[in-house]
Amino acid sequence: MNAPVLSVRDLVVDFPLRRGNFRALDGVSFDIARGEVLGVVGESGAGKSMTGSAVIGLLEPPGQITSGEVHLSGARIDTLPEEQMQHLRGKRIGMVMQDPLTSLNPLFTIGDQLVETIRQHMPLTESQALERAISLLEEAGIPDARQRINAYPHQFSGGMRQRVVIALAIAADPELVIADEPTSALDVSVQAQIIRVLKELCQRRGTAIMLITHDMGVIAQIADRIMVMNAGKVVETGPVAEIIRHPREPYTKKLIGSIPTIARSGDAPPPAPEDSAPAFVDVRGLTKDFDVGSRVISRLLRRPGNVFRAVNDVSFRIRKGETYGLVGESGSGKSTCARMIAGLIEPTAGRVVVNGMDVWSVSAAQRARSRAVQMIFQDPYASLNPRWRVGNIIAEPIRVLGLARGSEVEDRVADLLRKVRLDPVVMRKFPHEFSGGQRQRIAIARALSSQPEFIVCDEPTSALDVSVQAQVLDLMSELQSEFGLTYLLISHNLAVIRQMANDVGVLHRGVLVESGPVDAIFDHPQADYTKMLLDAVPDLAEVA
Amino acid sequence: MFAFVLKRLFQSVIVMLVVALIAFLIFRYVGDPIVSMAGVDTRLEDQELMRERLGLNDPFYVQFWNFLTNALRGDFGISYRLQQPVTRLILDRLPATLELAFVSATMAVVIGVLMGIFTALRSRSFLSGVVMTLSLVGVSLPTFLIGIGLIYIFAVELQWLPSNGRGATVDFGWWRTGFLTESGLRSLILPAITLSLFQMTLIMRLVRAEMMEVMRSDYIRFARARGLPDRIINFRHALKNTLVPVITITGLQLGSVIAFAIVTETVFQWPGVGSLFINSVQAVDVPVMAAYLMMVGLVFVTINLIVDILYYLVDPRLRVQGRAGGH
Repeated sequence: MNAPVLSVRDLVVDFPLRRGNFRALDGVSFDIARGEVLGVVGESGAGKSMTGSAVIGLLEPPGQITSGEVHLSGARIDTLPEEQMQHLRGKRIGMVMQDPLTSLNPLFTIGDQLVETIRQHMPLTESQALERAISLLEEAGIPDARQRINAYPHQFSGGMRQRVVIALAIAADPELVIADEPTSALDVSVQAQIIRVLKELCQRRGTAIMLITHDMGVIAQIADRIMVMNAGKVVETGPVAEIIRHPREPYTKKLIGSIPTIARSGDAPPPAPEDSAPAFVDVRGLTKDFDVGSRVISRLLRRPGNVFRAVNDVSFRIRKGETYGLVGESGSGKSTCARMIAGLIEPTAGRVVVNGMDVWSVSAAQRARSRAVQMIFQDPYASLNPRWRVGNIIAEPIRVLGLARGSEVEDRVADLLRKVRLDPVVMRKFPHEFSGGQRQRIAIARALSSQPEFIVCDEPTSALDVSVQAQVLDLMSELQSEFGLTYLLISHNLAVIRQMANDVGVLHRGVLVESGPVDAIFDHPQADYTKMLLDAVPDLAEVA
Repeated sequence: MFAFVLKRLFQSVIVMLVVALIAFLIFRYVGDPIVSMAGVDTRLEDQELMRERLGLNDPFYVQFWNFLTNALRGDFGISYRLQQPVTRLILDRLPATLELAFVSATMAVVIGVLMGIFTALRSRSFLSGVVMTLSLVGVSLPTFLIGIGLIYIFAVELQWLPSNGRGATVDFGWWRTGFLTESGLRSLILPAITLSLFQMTLIMRLVRAEMMEVMRSDYIRFARARGLPDRIINFRHALKNTLVPVITITGLQLGSVIAFAIVTETVFQWPGVGSLFINSVQAVDVPVMAAYLMMVGLVFVTINLIVDILYYLVDPRLRVQGRAGGH
């Protein structure tokens, strides 16, 4: 009946660079109606965020809109001068950004930031603006908003901060909210809450939402329509259920196909019956206390300090050649567990026995341990030394452990690169010349270089795109069957665990609440926490 | 907050004790002051008498204890060279140094921060390029060369400003100020510029680098997305975040303005503590050197304390950490 809230026609964004023009968006067209949620999906570099930035007029220079039109409620906005665009931002178009930890100014209270935004767009007095700020926070789901209005951002958890960001985005009743990966940095259960907040907002206020995400599950939960993007172009647009059930374009099919789901049974072989194989890795009563800020004086007097128990009496065993998945939300002690098992930090109590050898017993075993146990880290960008060539990165463990010398080292490196499906020529290159997925392959090659039998993988794919994630997971499975590797796989992504692991343990506040075969736990969870986690996961199967 | 300040104060006292010990140790072994004080024709008995009177024959710990207790009373002994109480000598000359340091520090901070902001926000403009190039000169030229250059241009060639001394001063009992007379103010200009130039360019480059970093951060982008005008984004959100790291460096730099004005004071014949120190070094005037070292230590410790408290006030995240540590 009336004009859509946002209408984009043939949008082209160019980055004139010294080496030539880079076309970031190429003929993007879409509409969003009042009260509608449009999900924009695609892998990194597809131009999703770029589209959002172009609409709100915040393209990073030298990026510019070369052609095409952007209409907001029927009026063209892409040609407006900067001062008028400034009045539009925040007032008629709100924005929610990915990382709630960095999108609030750490030096101002959330009340200050809300009031300043409200007063910028509305003719209100200080106290009226404060009242409005409190009601906005309540609407975004922050309890005791009146008491917390004078708190600083760091006094809130990630999920709470994202609610503050949402309150800021809707401060002046915008017609359109652009949410750029609003839940990607959050835990599943928190993610579900934030999605609910956004959805209610959309229904109550009739706000149009442009939801940018790489997570198809989130889109399936909240969006009305999907726009799939790839390489700056729109691949296809349509209602959610239709696109997920009957994707027309091959790219969409590939994208949807590579998403692991918790409903599907794992590809991993069914676990061998209990006691048939001896435990290869045996973790018994693992406990870690962290000393949080006890005073100097009480430390001098040997008074027990303020102790935070990050991991509390965790026990499990992994049979040879199998994968044990450890799930839990941030702060549950997953990574602390991983580091203790890999021998990086010393446990307060408990034993880790790998292949009959106590990891933390004698120093003589240290060499053998660093050879037999390796680790793969979450961030492939941070875990590779940027100043070293790939060849040296992979060769380092070989040299340190004295596994080979001279030209033999290079042969080994070449062999390892082939194993992770990379061309051996790349050993001359530096890490920044590779994509995230390729870097994680390099990290895997490094982990394999000492011929370990047991690899601790701490969130190995959470920094990667879905299709790349699928490739890395496939590679890990292949290597497992090829070399009989044993994995401890740590992830917050339940679907990944279901696909990869034989057994799974659920960690909550340092305590292992449940442990057992994957299928049993995922299909018939016993602990309340496990049920809650499983419920919170957005799943494509619900829509399809 | 109170516990935090108390803790820092306690640390400061320890630092000062260490400085005192080092000052005492170094200068005790720096040479025999009697030799430099006495002429060739002084009789050995007289030399021995002087030695006894100055307490140089006492054991080491007695000397150090006397040094400490006297220092606490503000008594650093008598200058070997000038035969006057050291404390008087320093207090006489301290106003000159403090006034010079105050003016140059103010210039350095105000001009440095303003230019830093300007060059960060207009990083592509022609004027920023000019300022940045000139600032390289400020950073790389040694202080004495700048001082001599300024004297040559403004005092010798143009004859606009005096080349040395403090000019006429007004006496307020223990404080002699050059702020109240025209010649005093005119004499201040060249040394103040010389002393502040290095700090100014340093602060400017620091503020610029920090500010450009902050302008790229997510919360600035989000502030834009909220529709805040540039004025608020630049001077409220960005500036405050810029200042957090700048405070530390600037604080320490200002300490060195007071402590190491020696070169500038020598070039301009400025009657401050720095030139007193140089003359004392030449004469191996141990009490003056020790007192000077203590003064420099005190200046740095005090500034550090102020910087820490400022940090605490500017950044709320530190306050919470402090509170968590208090439990």
